[in-house]
Amino acid sequence: MAGRSAALALAGALLASPAAAQDVVVGSKNFTESRILGEMLTLLVEEAGLTVEHRSGLGGTMVCFDALRTGEIDLYPDYTGTGWATVLKEPEKITDPLRAFLHVQARYRELYDLDWRMPLGLENTYALALRSDLAEELGVATISDLVPHAADLSAGFSIEFMNRADGWAGLRPHYGLALGDVKSMEHGLAYEAVAGGSVDLVDAYSTDGKLLRYDLTVLEDDRAFFPPYHAAPVVRRALLREHPELGPVLDRLAFRISNRRMMELNHRVEVEGAGFREVAAGFLRSEGLLGSSPVADEDRGARGEDGLVAFLLGRWRETLRLLGQHVRLTLLAVVLATVVAVPLGVAITRSRLAERVSLGAAGVVQTVPSLALLAFLIAVPGLGLSTRSAVLALTLYAVLPILRNTFTGIRDVDPELIDAARGLGLTPVQVLLRVQLPLATGTILAGVRIATVLTIGFATLAAFIGAGGLGEPIVTGLYLNDTRLILAGALPAAVLALLADRLLGVVERAVTPRGLRRPG
Amino acid sequence: MIHFEGATVLFPREGAEPLAAVRDLDLHVAPGETVCLVGPSGCGKTTSLRLVNRLVRPTAGRVLVDGRDVAEADPVRLRRGIGYVIQSGGLFPHLTVAANVGLLCRLEGWDTARTAERVDELLELVHLPPSEFGARYPAELSGGQRQRVGVARALALDPQLLLMDEPFGALDPLTRDSLQREFLELSERVEKTILIVSHDMDEAFLLGDRVALLAEGRLAQVGTLEQFRDAPASEQVRTFLESHFHGR
Ligand SMILES: Nc1ncnc2c1ncn2[C@@H]1O[C@H](COP(=O)(O)OP(=O)(O)OP(=O)(O)O)[C@@H](O)[C@H]1O
Ligand SMILES: [Mg+2]
Repeated sequence: MAGRSAALALAGALLASPAAAQDVVVGSKNFTESRILGEMLTLLVEEAGLTVEHRSGLGGTMVCFDALRTGEIDLYPDYTGTGWATVLKEPEKITDPLRAFLHVQARYRELYDLDWRMPLGLENTYALALRSDLAEELGVATISDLVPHAADLSAGFSIEFMNRADGWAGLRPHYGLALGDVKSMEHGLAYEAVAGGSVDLVDAYSTDGKLLRYDLTVLEDDRAFFPPYHAAPVVRRALLREHPELGPVLDRLAFRISNRRMMELNHRVEVEGAGFREVAAGFLRSEGLLGSSPVADEDRGARGEDGLVAFLLGRWRETLRLLGQHVRLTLLAVVLATVVAVPLGVAITRSRLAERVSLGAAGVVQTVPSLALLAFLIAVPGLGLSTRSAVLALTLYAVLPILRNTFTGIRDVDPELIDAARGLGLTPVQVLLRVQLPLATGTILAGVRIATVLTIGFATLAAFIGAGGLGEPIVTGLYLNDTRLILAGALPAAVLALLADRLLGVVERAVTPRGLRRPG
Repeated sequence: MIHFEGATVLFPREGAEPLAAVRDLDLHVAPGETVCLVGPSGCGKTTSLRLVNRLVRPTAGRVLVDGRDVAEADPVRLRRGIGYVIQSGGLFPHLTVAANVGLLCRLEGWDTARTAERVDELLELVHLPPSEFGARYPAELSGGQRQRVGVARALALDPQLLLMDEPFGALDPLTRDSLQREFLELSERVEKTILIVSHDMDEAFLLGDRVALLAEGRLAQVGTLEQFRDAPASEQVRTFLESHFHGR
């Protein structure tokens, strides 16, 4: 009992993360552009004299939007088309950018007390991009211009684009575009394919920095097929009431960033390896929106010329910090899952129904995609964008292996031994504590071991909701297409998993009584 | 000491009549007496034994221990007062020999010193030198040694009543022979009331003051070797005896 309350106290202490003391918390989604825009907004707010924190690289629209609604963050950059389709779920298709903006602005105010500030200028929508040499040769500038040449062209489209109604499926009839050859491929590979000349046309986001890198020309959507996706800051109106000066501060960015400019900024980060903050500050300075005081540096991209080993060694401090967070997340989740799953696993050996329900429920949790679970949890009041949500999600995943092994371990104890124990006059509790649990310990620990290794893997996803851990460089690396950065997270995580597995193996052996050990 | 009064045990079966493992059993075991339950496999010996310490409850009739209906007793108290040696030994593999034997003493709140003393005494009693065997685990013992530990464990709280389910069942003949002799010597020394199960007629008459022959859940006859030989209760008993004592 003392052990359990100590564990709970430990969990409580670790979970009580200090509440943000900042005036403003800015969020951004987990891709380069959103993070750069998030940095810009952060710098502007800072410049206006408010204290601000940037929760950078949160896992997608629903994570950001839920975080905004629950007040975990105060503002983040989003796109009108996303507000229209993903958040408001408007059924009809819209093509008029102004109508789209005014509509989402009005609906957000009504429904959520959120405000869309002035658009930033750039539009990040789907686009078709053609090899520049070919565009010049054929004299193609718009999608309509493609139609006569379509039969001679080959395309490599991302899987998402291929399947969406507002992607290829709708585009083709809209323009009557009968391409000679259409392949579906992973987006990164499509760029490589276009560079290698094996495809001519790719789908792209209109502000993608890679368009510069691979020398591609974005074709104008002259018959307005793609929905408008104009970027603008979305803000809690409660914050604007509290800080009325903030609205104009955010509006200082209005229409300042063209698609071309955004492409260059993205390119600076993704291809040249500059830091998000550095790029954002550079832009603001060039626009005269930021004084020339130096901006504190951050964890930079990994584009230096260092080899992998030198790169990894160079960031050992950072790795150690993330490792600490990772271990903390894992430990908390596994301890909590054990505290829940072991008693539950014991309890359900007594009822077929409880067994079915519990194992079924734990199994269902396992099938929920981890990001969906995270998105769901951060919408729960009191959880939000915190370590708590990450720990809870990890705990839910860790429960099943421990629950199942506890159940199996207890159930598989030789009935003769239970019979002997009862016959000797042990009470049911004594039978459990003196016979069943000791005999099931090996199996239970094996469950904890599996849960730990799984959790170390899952915990990399915590980075999607800003809960830190070794997932941070992985997430950033994935968006920057930077293998070294991915490895900077993945390698320590793998080593951690191996070490944990070994360590728990040793523990398992140490607590197994000699009488139960297999010889050798 | 033990009274079976019309005890009947029915086990429900799916899609069939309930199985009568014990039918209308009337049997009395006097204090200090050793009665051996014997009969072919499945005749209800183990079930009858388990009625006494309430591991099985009678469907009809009742079982008295010391004049008290076991159905009304607190099962834990009842069982701690009755030594139980189970058919397969039933030693706890995660505990040492000493811990197995001393388990009940610890649960009764004895301190370590007193428990250790009792464990040594019991191991001596069953001819297992404590210094050599105390720290071993059941997996490190021979079959015969395991049975002895099972007996020592059953005697830990010095119960007046001992239930033994085929304690010498799965042993080679030589070991069995020496254990049987030890049992006789022991039962004389410890003065217990013993209900023991055997499926072997020779063993039954060797160990029991009286023998209770069960057939298909019914008590066919109870008595001494002489009574069985001179006055078999039925044709069935006679043929059973003959088949078991052929050549004598
Ligand atoms: N828990 C139970 N549920 C259903 N049937 C049972 C149960 N226990 C025993 N039986 C049945 O009751 C009958 C008597 O079993 P019991 O174990 O008493 O026989 P036994 O005389 O001890 O046999 P053996 O010499 O093989 O140990 C058998 O047919 C057995 O299958
Ligand atoms: Mg039996």
